[in-house]
Amino acid sequence: MTQPATPNRPVYLDNQATTRCDPRVLQAMLPWFSEDYGNPHSVEHAMGRKAEAAVERARNQVAHLLGADEREVIFTSGATEANNIAIKGAARFAAAYGNERKRIITVVTEHKCVLESVADLADEGFEPVFLPVRPDGLLDPAVLRDALAVPTLLVSIMAVNNEVGVIQDIPALAALAKEAGALFHTDLAQAVGKIPIDLAGWKVDLASVSGHKVYGPKGIGALFVRRRPRVRLQPLFSGGGQERGLRSGTLPTPLIVGLGEACRIAGAELPADAERIAGLRDRLLHSLSAAIPGLQVNGSMRARISGNLNLTFPRATASALMEAAPDLCVSTGSACSSAAVEPSYVLRAMGLTDEQAGKTLRIGLGRFTSAADVDYAAAALAAAHAGGAPVHPPPATPTTPTTG
Amino acid sequence: MRAGPPIYLDANATQPLRPAAKAAMMTAWETTGNAASVHGAGRAARRLLEDAREVLAERFGGRARDLVLTSGGTEADALAVHALGAGRRLVVSAIEHDAVRAAAPAPGGSFANGSVAETTTGTTTGTTTGTVMGTVTLPVRPDGIAELDALAAILADGVPSLVCLMLANNETGVIQPVRQAAALCRARGALLHVDAVQAAGRIPVDLAELGAHSLALSSHKLGGPAGIGALLLAPDAPFAGPLIAGGGQELRRRGGTQPVALAAGFAAAATASAGDDPQALLPLRDAAEAAAADAGAIVIGAGAPRLPNTTCLALPGVRADAQVIALDLEGVAVSAGAACSSGKVAASHVLRAMGLGARAAEAIRVSLPWTAARADIDGFAAAYKRVADRLRPALASSAA
Repeated sequence: MTQPATPNRPVYLDNQATTRCDPRVLQAMLPWFSEDYGNPHSVEHAMGRKAEAAVERARNQVAHLLGADEREVIFTSGATEANNIAIKGAARFAAAYGNERKRIITVVTEHKCVLESVADLADEGFEPVFLPVRPDGLLDPAVLRDALAVPTLLVSIMAVNNEVGVIQDIPALAALAKEAGALFHTDLAQAVGKIPIDLAGWKVDLASVSGHKVYGPKGIGALFVRRRPRVRLQPLFSGGGQERGLRSGTLPTPLIVGLGEACRIAGAELPADAERIAGLRDRLLHSLSAAIPGLQVNGSMRARISGNLNLTFPRATASALMEAAPDLCVSTGSACSSAAVEPSYVLRAMGLTDEQAGKTLRIGLGRFTSAADVDYAAAALAAAHAGGAPVHPPPATPTTPTTG
Repeated sequence: MRAGPPIYLDANATQPLRPAAKAAMMTAWETTGNAASVHGAGRAARRLLEDAREVLAERFGGRARDLVLTSGGTEADALAVHALGAGRRLVVSAIEHDAVRAAAPAPGGSFANGSVAETTTGTTTGTTTGTVMGTVTLPVRPDGIAELDALAAILADGVPSLVCLMLANNETGVIQPVRQAAALCRARGALLHVDAVQAAGRIPVDLAELGAHSLALSSHKLGGPAGIGALLLAPDAPFAGPLIAGGGQELRRRGGTQPVALAAGFAAAATASAGDDPQALLPLRDAAEAAAADAGAIVIGAGAPRLPNTTCLALPGVRADAQVIALDLEGVAVSAGAACSSGKVAASHVLRAMGLGARAAEAIRVSLPWTAARADIDGFAAAYKRVADRLRPALASSAA
């Protein structure tokens, strides 16, 4: 296969907000949207059992990618719900069974849904602790160790940050939590398919997965719940008692099949994807750095997923850049708070001033990003920063040289 | 045994996807973009999402801004109890879906761990902590209709309450007097949540017209994709807070990236269902029912107004699971109650509430999908007769 000579339109470089549903995933889902429509809980009849078998196959695919047992995977509507169930569920179960530990430790740069879940628990008598990060976006393990000096119920730390792409050392952090007798949850939404995951080896008790961040469909995710030793949770809501009572509601077979296929593809293609994307990312950074002296990369470049850049520009604001390059889909930070004018709390926590944060773009490369895309992005952003006329993608006939 | 594709008569478990829903989703899957993103791709996704919201709100008698998208009917019911029930006593009809029954808040405001409050009419259970009250069960008559006199009696004490009364029951199809219940609730200052999961797409459903405070909807029960539903709030409904905290989506009432394609499919299916001939399924259902009655079945809730697609058939002396397995072998898909409780041995709480006693364990649910045709009913009638003939004498002789 050769690279397309012209970039995709628009050039989509916001793969930490969401990813395109892989055509192979869509293909895998299709039959379950048409002839195979049975309810997977209707095990009394053949159509239900067929759907149930498909759900279980997908559960196996998800478990395989995570290095988990399939009985440790429950399906949710997404990572936000999985994070809510993990954090609130573990805390409420512990409290209901007389556990006296109340401390819940997380990090200031977590996704909003983790921060809000932990904050919500303060109203129920728990003691939230929000740890700072170093300027490179990473948590200093010593800071966690100190926080764990007080008996702690739960620690929740994301594997990969959604804004700056830095990779926390989850095995080491989880081990610290274990030593202190605390449960450990990790939000894997940005990590799945980007870095190898081995939940059997890591001392992780709970882990959250998102479908649409790994080229699967939106509306589906998963929660890993360790079996040995068994982690007990109180469900967020109850009903038909599906997913062993942890998550009631009819399982959406097509979406689950899609998530399974997305995980299968991620497992098979992770090393090649990561290497190719890293090459494109370096190419983009090199071009931009050459064109824009003073450009600053936020977050560790050493412990970082290959598809992320978080860049502070010396002069132009992020919104001015985005306005000047309308065919380029990048973002100022987390999509959930995109519409908000507030500077990123993640960047603030890393020591950036509000002014610097206001000049910062998140650029997310992914599986479908081409060399032409990054070349266009570099040219468009350089021109935008120079205050020149907006750059539009070249016409459909190839006018730019193609390079692999 | 029949050859050929199975005859699917388990619509109340899930429905085949409507072509319009599939087409809408296919378009949306092509759209990359997070509806919360500000760039072009994000705006395109948001347009699809907000169009779907408009369509759904309009279709079910509410305002777009009052429609909260959820992962499905179960979450919508749980969210209603959480957001409208805070600080109130729950009055739950005896025939509600487990999604509502299990959502009774435990002391302290957290949620019961899958347990259902064991209560009888007029008595509350559980300790009262802070402002959280217990749960009261609203009984139903033998025909499956909620007793409004009992509701009036329960609400007479003036305790702030959230009443949960479904519009149509998932097992019997019996339609509830929701409009009258809403009037009663409003007169007594109580709130009314209506689980319209089975009614939507089958009979007219209009929140404003019903006068209730909230409406739970499920996409896959009306021929849309599974994995999405909604809670439609009345303009005057309170909302204590989200069940799933997150990035501030759904006006801070439900966190999580919205599944745009599912929303588009849900809206398209809701629109398509409005075009169904409301009387199309009724003669087919009645024919199935008549054939079953000829073979010895008793129709549950026959005297009450019912959904046109649902019938609940008891075969005296024959366990429901035996009937369902035998029909499955005949290539006919039906169920012995709610799909979620498939595989469980307990007799239906709905049928027990109707006073059916042992008969509650002998009833199957036959529910026609929007695709049902005459041939399906003929196939069902023949299979049912064979099954009844085979199972009934065997049991009669062993019982003798």
